[in-house]
Amino acid sequence: MTASLTMIGRSIRLSRRNLDLVIMAIVLPVLMMALFVYVFGGAISSTQSYVDYVVPGILVLCTGYGATSTAMSVTDDVKKGVVDRFRSMPISGFSVLTGHVVASVARNGLATFAVVLVALLMGFRPAASFGSWILAMGLLALYVLALSWLAAGFGVVARTVESASLLGFFMLFIPYLSSAFVPVATMPSWLRAVSEHQPITPVIETVRALLTGQEATSGWLALGWSGGLLVVAFGWATWLFSRISRR
Amino acid sequence: MIVETEGLTKSYGPTTVLRGLDLEVTEGSVLALLGPNGAGKTTTIRILSTLTRPDGGTARVCGFDVVRAGADVRGAISLTGQYAAVDEEQTGRENLVMIARLRGFPRPASRARAAELLERFDLLDAADRRVRTYSGGMRRRLDLAMSLVARPRLLFLDEPTTGLDPVSRTTVWDAITDLVRDGVTIFLTTQYLEEADRLADRIVVLHNGGVVADGTADALKNSVGGTRLDLTFRSPADASRARNVVGGVADGPTLSVPSDGSAAHLHRVLDDLLGARVEVLRVATHRPTLDDVFTSLTAVAA
Repeated sequence: MTASLTMIGRSIRLSRRNLDLVIMAIVLPVLMMALFVYVFGGAISSTQSYVDYVVPGILVLCTGYGATSTAMSVTDDVKKGVVDRFRSMPISGFSVLTGHVVASVARNGLATFAVVLVALLMGFRPAASFGSWILAMGLLALYVLALSWLAAGFGVVARTVESASLLGFFMLFIPYLSSAFVPVATMPSWLRAVSEHQPITPVIETVRALLTGQEATSGWLALGWSGGLLVVAFGWATWLFSRISRR
Repeated sequence: MIVETEGLTKSYGPTTVLRGLDLEVTEGSVLALLGPNGAGKTTTIRILSTLTRPDGGTARVCGFDVVRAGADVRGAISLTGQYAAVDEEQTGRENLVMIARLRGFPRPASRARAAELLERFDLLDAADRRVRTYSGGMRRRLDLAMSLVARPRLLFLDEPTTGLDPVSRTTVWDAITDLVRDGVTIFLTTQYLEEADRLADRIVVLHNGGVVADGTADALKNSVGGTRLDLTFRSPADASRARNVVGGVADGPTLSVPSDGSAAHLHRVLDDLLGARVEVLRVATHRPTLDDVFTSLTAVAA
């Protein structure tokens, strides 16, 4: 337990001191949101205010940045021999990953807070009750947790920090193929089929419904996807980590 | 025996790294594992420190089996890997406190132990600076300090001075010598013969995944022959004329003559050459170095 807490403290301290990470986690999502609201927003016709529509999408986009940083930090530890040092000590080496994952969730929480704050300044007017806020944030946290474990696993297998950063490419691309920025109804039918059935869409739809005070019709689906992803990603990361000893 | 291995094997795909390694290390000694790149040095250390699972054979470290009782092994050892595994964005003190906490020290004891080690490794002035600003030597020292937080019985050092400047190298060597005095057993790998010569009680030469020599530095040096005289002449022709007088092996203008290293023998050789009217330009006595041992051993084994 002390080991995990110490590792969490380490990862949080390291992320706080890494300027690139802070920028990637907080400044970039905020800039992306400004870009979407002020640059693209005017061209995207919508019955509701675009900022109200886009906030959940930006929040999910943030998680992609967060996950990328996590994968890169894990790879860095594996390559630099830090993981070896921990694995040669009488602690569970796995707590290194726990540290990174918890720090990742914390970074994302901060980013979410920053995005929501800036969105409010830009005219975001959520119509959510306190309970809905809790549910929305809880779902996002679960999704982030799942994604962070996925990223940790990715970080263990990646050969270099650069290849770990490739994860970012997918993580940043996939949200665009969802209802994050435009309703899927506007997409060609083949693409709509993909967008409607990928895991990010129900998460975004649920968060959006919760924040705008509508009925969250895809709530269970979002929960299922996130929970399922968490179980699979955690199992995968654990399995990969245990295989390091074969190297 | 603090380390005992029997028939240790390890392959990576088609590459065999260790083919039946047998090793024994007595407690309190310094063992240097010497060998060219790819000889299996790092793999050996990784297996003994429980980082890598062997394919076959057994290894006991501090009385525990590395595969079945990995956790007990880890409690008794420390490892300093080939690359300084320190957190760049933490200060030296933070790195040390972190390790102490991970080793189960309570918070105040962790801080005390960190301060003690910072002082011992001459890092007090830089203690609260981020490691990013440290020189290579300071990093290595911090790395070593981090391995000593829990006072291990056995310390594994994988190429502890690779890439260091001569001054830092000496500092690390002094630190290792101090540890030996405290009774810590040291198991190190190195590519530097000078390092093995200076630090180790016993040297094991590894080549192609097996032991090709095992002994003290002196024993190994004697195994490749005694002292010889290297005589340099004006021309190869002179050298071969000299060979007819005093024997030895000519190589260009140089003639190598086996010797017992005594002044009397040198006198006799020079007198004989003077008598034969062959002019000697230079004389050098050559005692075998570990380099010679290394070259001859790895050449034979290859």
